[in-house]
Amino acid sequence: MNKELKIFGVVAIFTLVLYWGVEPFAHSQMHKHVEGDNFAYSEFKASGKKGDAVNGKALVTGAAACTGCHGIKAINAPAPMDASMAGASYGVNPPDLSTAGALYDARFLAQLIKNPAHALKVEHKFDPAKGKMHPMTQFYGAGGDIDQEIADIVAFLKSIAPKEMSNKEAFENACGRCHANRYGKMSQLGETPKFKYKKDELKHQVAILEYQDKLKAYMGKLPPDLSIIIRARSEHFLETFIENPQSQLPGTSMPAVGLSHEGFEKVMAYLSETGDPSKPARGELGPLVLIFFIVFSGLAFLWKKEKWKGHH
Amino acid sequence: MAHFEKANSVGEWLDQRLAVNTLKRVLAFEYWIPKNINFLWAMGMVLAATFGLLLISGIFLLMYYQPNVETAFDSVNYTIMTEVGYGWLWRHIHGVGASVVFLIIYIHMFTGIYYGSYKRGRELIWLSGMGLFVAFSAEAFSGYMLPWGQMSYWAGMVITNLFSGGSLEAYGLVEWIRGDYVPGQAFLTRFFMLHVLLLPLVIIGLIVLHFGTLRIPHVNNQDGEDFDFEEAARLYKEGNIKESKVIPFQPVFLAKDIFVMGVYFILFFYLVFYHFEFAMDPVNFDPADGLKTPAHIYPEWYFLWSYEILRPFSKDLGLIAFAIAQVIFFALPFLDKSENVAPASRRGLFKFWFWAMLIDVLILTFMGKLPPQGIWNVIGLIAALAFFALWIALPIITKKEKKL
Repeated sequence: MNKELKIFGVVAIFTLVLYWGVEPFAHSQMHKHVEGDNFAYSEFKASGKKGDAVNGKALVTGAAACTGCHGIKAINAPAPMDASMAGASYGVNPPDLSTAGALYDARFLAQLIKNPAHALKVEHKFDPAKGKMHPMTQFYGAGGDIDQEIADIVAFLKSIAPKEMSNKEAFENACGRCHANRYGKMSQLGETPKFKYKKDELKHQVAILEYQDKLKAYMGKLPPDLSIIIRARSEHFLETFIENPQSQLPGTSMPAVGLSHEGFEKVMAYLSETGDPSKPARGELGPLVLIFFIVFSGLAFLWKKEKWKGHH
Repeated sequence: MAHFEKANSVGEWLDQRLAVNTLKRVLAFEYWIPKNINFLWAMGMVLAATFGLLLISGIFLLMYYQPNVETAFDSVNYTIMTEVGYGWLWRHIHGVGASVVFLIIYIHMFTGIYYGSYKRGRELIWLSGMGLFVAFSAEAFSGYMLPWGQMSYWAGMVITNLFSGGSLEAYGLVEWIRGDYVPGQAFLTRFFMLHVLLLPLVIIGLIVLHFGTLRIPHVNNQDGEDFDFEEAARLYKEGNIKESKVIPFQPVFLAKDIFVMGVYFILFFYLVFYHFEFAMDPVNFDPADGLKTPAHIYPEWYFLWSYEILRPFSKDLGLIAFAIAQVIFFALPFLDKSENVAPASRRGLFKFWFWAMLIDVLILTFMGKLPPQGIWNVIGLIAALAFFALWIALPIITKKEKKL
């Protein structure tokens, strides 16, 4: 018996060393380590100004202001153009601002309003000196203290933001204008409806393809479908990449998203729902199967003892 | 025609027509196994059980898998994982099983090497076992193509390219194997056929042969002791079970096997439910894209050691080294010149040879996955050279081995 345990120890040690070498060690050598900022956006300075939502609303909805391009469903301000036409005009459909205050970090929003290309970390793509302007115009101020006005705008966005948001809405707002999620039945034009007639379905598909063509031209390639990205990339990669795409893929045309930590968790929860849907079922069935085999082994051990009685 | 009496039971009826009682006696109740064994002797049945799990889970997966380059990826990752009841369970059993089966094969192989179970009449056990190793390798590779992810595609590209033979530039052969210039529909369908039909048939045939080869030379024991099985069996049947050196396969040997299997299944299903990622590479969860080469292409862990023998050399030399490495283990019974059938610990220099080989294969495995740069290249090259040096040394050191 002692000898068997010794042999088992040798086999177990070799197996564990083998596992360590081909999994944790190999992966630590293959992927560079990137330190995240935990979605604090500490590189952007906070102005410390307290915003006034009422004044913010006036700034957002004023002439030639945000609502010139963005829709805000929360205050019944429709988008000036539909997704396809907006895509054709700007490369990508400008987001509806109803949920921005809930999804994105306040510091990031302030920086974004002030200098979009800088906040989004796409200055390598959009350089005014080369005549390449970011499609979102930067906010030059409405005549008063610009930092105060930005604080007001952010306060307004926070005031209209929904208190509760589903994981799917978080994905749709933060990622969904560039990335599809076919397992979640989401295209860049939102959730794909059920069509009664094939003709309508095809029309919708054509609309998606046309939008994707504009997106391709804007981004350089079609951003990947995210259905199963949760299993294709590690959690650490996704976290640092979403926070700052340049940290993992220098030169990528994907902008920093500006998600708050809570927003990021919602997006990850949605990606887990579509990419790893068996997670809850595994948790339920796993212990039962393991208990079964532990009992099985116990009974088998008794049977073995019985059968080997008198053999030694 | 034989004369048939009226049967009094189903058992008797079957016995008259199939000789089931004789079969049971010959295959189970009087199939004698040495008593002096440890749990490593259960690895054969553990392998059979794992193959059974792969077969059953494979049948369920086959009902929903679609061998089409447009739909294969989603049929695996969406249909089976989301829409099919317990599809995820079958898939994770199949994926984990495919990886773990190689761990057990390697344990089984090195057990055989350690105890000298390939010698003196047992050569065919070793050769048929090696045949199974090759067939399982082909089965694993063809199965890896089926989800049609990035690693399926690029591993398929790299491995089929090997058949161009380096400077021979036999691209015609590569195209013939692929059925196209690059991996595509023809490639996927033929590997599908190989995976679900031809190779499983070969494996089942080889398993039968492998069992058959055990029959006459008998199973080896912990001390490599050569004793009279007839005499030991007679003692056992007379009731001297303590003095007898054998036990019957059924139920005594099996009782221990089943216990070992139980413990193995605890580990196996722990992996299936809580730690399956190691068996399902993240890269393969990106759909195949012929225009986007992944940053790192590497085979599954069980091929890494031979992959690393290919990598550190120049193109032609690497291919030759790789080809030799693939078949050299077949030659083990003929390169080991010693008469001794004994555990490596009692065999002088062979003891060091065994552990050196095991550690060298482990180092090759590590290096095979690491990016081929800097110090990893140097270590890989040394380990690959050491691999061949060990095989050259084997006949020399075993010839000089003292007879026990």
